[in-house]
Amino acid sequence: MDSPPVNREQPTEPEPHRYGRGVFLATVAAGVTSLYWGKAAWDSVSGIISPVASAVAPILPTGGWRIYTISGHMPVFDPATWRLEIGGLVEQPVSLSYDQLRALPHVEQVSTFHCVTGWTVKDVHWGGVRINDVLNAAKPLAAGHALRFVSMEVPYVDYLTLPQAELHNVMLAYEMDGRPLPREHGAPVRLIIPEMYGYKNVKWLQGIDVVQQAASGYWENLGYDRDAWVGRSNGYGL
Amino acid sequence: MRAGYVKRFSPVERLLHWVNAIGFFFLLATGLILYLPRLSTLVSRRQEIQYIHFWGGVAWLVALAAVVLLSGRRLLATARELDRFDEDDLRWLRGGKAPQGRFNAGQKINAALTAAFAILFGISGLLLWFGEQDTRLRFASTVILHDGLMYVSLALLVGHLYLALIHPATRHALRGMTLGNVDAEWAAQHHAKWKPE
Repeated sequence: MDSPPVNREQPTEPEPHRYGRGVFLATVAAGVTSLYWGKAAWDSVSGIISPVASAVAPILPTGGWRIYTISGHMPVFDPATWRLEIGGLVEQPVSLSYDQLRALPHVEQVSTFHCVTGWTVKDVHWGGVRINDVLNAAKPLAAGHALRFVSMEVPYVDYLTLPQAELHNVMLAYEMDGRPLPREHGAPVRLIIPEMYGYKNVKWLQGIDVVQQAASGYWENLGYDRDAWVGRSNGYGL
Repeated sequence: MRAGYVKRFSPVERLLHWVNAIGFFFLLATGLILYLPRLSTLVSRRQEIQYIHFWGGVAWLVALAAVVLLSGRRLLATARELDRFDEDDLRWLRGGKAPQGRFNAGQKINAALTAAFAILFGISGLLLWFGEQDTRLRFASTVILHDGLMYVSLALLVGHLYLALIHPATRHALRGMTLGNVDAEWAAQHHAKWKPE
């Protein structure tokens, strides 16, 4: 016999399983495909885990918010010097102090805040004033068809057309969740337009100008859509 | 090497580990400044931190890739070791007592997840960065993936640090990742199937 001797008695070690690469590839695949299903999955479980989220809130105080700024210094609100200047195409420019702003008819609403980068904060309780109650004092001219919102965080500005600004739940909010608007959320007052992504919701407002037409705001100059409808702009849902 | 100690991790394995660890801590620190409102408010310079975080991430992945590529075949052998699960590994994972090799089954899974997460952190980070400029690269779930990876990595890291620094039975392993060698008796007890060189 030429064939090599085979020792049939010796126990053979079974082939090991190549699970390491399996775990690696499955994790990469799950992660990459989650770009398509992650938000839907997160939205469906976030309701279930919200008691957990509120339990860790003191340790992990994000509340779902991320704080975006564009300059090196976050604006500081000084009640003594701050004014909201209403100008542009108006009969009578108006300069409102913080107390004067708060003396205008107060409204409250609960609305959801959507950031264009994908995060969402549900059911935020806002308190403030409707834009028309601020504008009417200045008597906008017929030539004005849009508003420019000027932030204390220079050079942040953004625009809304008048029909957009008159949507039922657009407000100038100086309260959030029952407290004065915190600094990082735009104290003393910010624009809230729930139908549009967060970058239209200008923080740290110091001026509103009535202008002839809407132009590109800070983020629009960097390629974002002027009409930032949630789910219908910026490459989403189109 | 002192008598009684056996070599566990080669210089290139330790280099890969520490490049990964240093990069991770740097990115965690800069990332938390961007993520936690209190830290964002405190530090305020978001544009600069974002820039540092992004380029730190690029440097981290480039350094990891460089170590892997320049090590030639040496890390390939390690990867092969981490890839293979035998019957004892599966028993160990089910909570049974079973002799383990140089890496136990938990370490093998941790290594596979850590490698996958580095790639996913890279993909989601690049999408966040370039998605700001190009709507075709914008996905509603990118930020959820990036944040989710952070949370899972943090949980794994806490477990890893507990076992490496605190748990009396396992903390001796830290010596393997710093000096490269471990006590021969400890090795025989915890990694019975491993035959040190």
